Amino acid sequence: MATTTARPAAIEDGGGASVDLTGDDRRALLRYMLLMRATEERALTLYRQGKVPGSFYDGRGQEAVSVGAAFTLGPRDRTCILHRDLGAHLIRGVKPGRVLAQMMGRAGGVTAGKDGNMHFADHELGCVGMVSMLPDMALVTCGLAIAFQMRREPRVAMTWFGEGSTANGQWHEAMNVAGIRKLPVVFILENNQFAYSTPNDHEFAVDPVKRAEVYGFPGVKVDGNDVEAVFFAAAQAVERARSGGGPTLIEAETMRMHGHGAHDDMSYVPKEMVEHWTARDPIDNYERKLREEGFDTDEIRESVKGELDAETEWALAQPMPEPHTALEGVFATEDPVLGDGNAPWSRWQREAANA
Amino acid sequence: MPEITYLQAISDGLREEMRHDESVFCLGEDIGAFGGAFKVTDGFIEEFGADRVWDTPLAENAIIGTAVGAAAEGLRPVCEMQFADFISCGFDQLVNVAAKMHYRQGLAVPMTVRLPSGGGFSGGPFHSQNPEAWFLQSPGLKVVAPSTPEDAKGLLSAAIRDPNPVVYLEHKHLYRRAKGEVAEGRFEIPLGEARVAREGTDLSVITYGAMVQLALDATEDLDGASVEVLDLRSLVPLDTGAILESVRKTSKVVVLHEATRSCGVGAEVSALIAQEAFEDLDGPVVRVTAPDTPVPFSPPLERAVLPQPDDVRRACLELLAY
Repeated sequence: MATTTARPAAIEDGGGASVDLTGDDRRALLRYMLLMRATEERALTLYRQGKVPGSFYDGRGQEAVSVGAAFTLGPRDRTCILHRDLGAHLIRGVKPGRVLAQMMGRAGGVTAGKDGNMHFADHELGCVGMVSMLPDMALVTCGLAIAFQMRREPRVAMTWFGEGSTANGQWHEAMNVAGIRKLPVVFILENNQFAYSTPNDHEFAVDPVKRAEVYGFPGVKVDGNDVEAVFFAAAQAVERARSGGGPTLIEAETMRMHGHGAHDDMSYVPKEMVEHWTARDPIDNYERKLREEGFDTDEIRESVKGELDAETEWALAQPMPEPHTALEGVFATEDPVLGDGNAPWSRWQREAANA
Repeated sequence: MPEITYLQAISDGLREEMRHDESVFCLGEDIGAFGGAFKVTDGFIEEFGADRVWDTPLAENAIIGTAVGAAAEGLRPVCEMQFADFISCGFDQLVNVAAKMHYRQGLAVPMTVRLPSGGGFSGGPFHSQNPEAWFLQSPGLKVVAPSTPEDAKGLLSAAIRDPNPVVYLEHKHLYRRAKGEVAEGRFEIPLGEARVAREGTDLSVITYGAMVQLALDATEDLDGASVEVLDLRSLVPLDTGAILESVRKTSKVVVLHEATRSCGVGAEVSALIAQEAFEDLDGPVVRVTAPDTPVPFSPPLERAVLPQPDDVRRACLELLAY
């Protein structure tokens, strides 16, 4: 169970078919990363205009982690997404306008004003939304996987958590349960260098990816700023889980390029560190690479801008929630269940076409 | 109808639900081959297999947290805390993840958390607690506390069928002491409906759980007074209608529970009566509860803390004479 930084050009899926990215897939990867950044930049503007109550949290610099990993999932797979991983929500089908409305506390937001910022999930798209206590959702993800396992369904649950979470006891409980039951779950450990202001060397004595082995499953380390590297590592882990091989812990090394929240000026981050990671920006680098290979990335940028302008207009037109709705929905009166998410990877598109 | 124990009624209720619906499964510590610390799941692993009777590691947040995920996927998990006291170790998943899920996301979490609770057998400070009030401050959780075998079975079925997380307090003192006739097969007793355990006209004792039988015994012969005993059965939702109806009938109220006093169920019931039935009262609302201490180990100390029949008699007689 080696820790590896190797990046396969292509991997074999459970059925022996080649798993690879088409040109459209690669355009989609860039587009989702651009859409995530553009949505968060727009949200930050709205925050500065006083339209976003509370504080504002984003995942700038971490776009490749959420996009690369979530892109591997099939429609019936399930997710618990972290607050710096907007790209995963977008891939599963949440519209940017609903995200902006969510941040502004509008009725049209995903939680209709019940919760704020990135604390949302659209359960109709197969996602269970996070809580602030971290990494609580790792255990919930294990529970989703237990349901798949009990029903003998070839489905996978994926979750994201920061390296800060690995210091919490619930992280151990989740890894231990996943290992004992060989659950079909993929853990994406997003090492963005800081837990709020606390650096790695105050968080753990040993790189947490190495702990995977003692829980009985592989730990894989990837460049979290390389969207294709994240994709291939995640695709391999997802296929392993789907075919009964059990969990994988993937540590994606990246950097949180904004403060913990908009109120945080990151004064504790050394200047050289910011410079180092700025040069490794996941979007700039991937865009340059695709351009060099002949892709028209300007066209992608234009389409993202057009979509976001329309989505922003929609979000700003949403009313604030009616005060009486604060008293509604404490208890469920029926059993709404998780729905299926979008699965834009060409593999799933082909499967849908053949179905 | 056969007469069975409270423990057998819980076990039967759980077994019936698992036979009826494949999505019902149970998880907890030592519930498999061992059948659970109190043997509620005795024989379950043989009948339902290890998949549906999951012997978990010693990890309470894992028990509650994985149940949340499984429930979100459409299963109906029934978690067992080995003792109610240990819910503190799974508290975060219950009050933050499970309880708030529907309010925030519109996603139902149909799960039941069984809590063997209460003292009276020298369990000491960590095996005797009555933690129900913790959950009354956590909107999104339902809380039930049956006192009879019939209610134990019917409320468990209702809890499992409910689309919300339900905290099910089963009092350990009642396990083998409480016996009664219980219908065979599946039946539900609706959450949120109190039961008049004994009709009366002079004074109401409002209580739940193990204190119901204690109240019935203590007030059976109270100088000829007619004492009503109202068994709340469900703490969330609370049957405020039944409480107020009883107060309007008797005008004198003793609120009794084994849990500690401050901000307990009794405080809530007393405040409700003060606000909604002040004009109907002929005396102060009196609480009989444990004092605000942990539950001590040694028998004379434990007796000094847990409400005793004489405490109830004395409180009732004083109030009747008011």
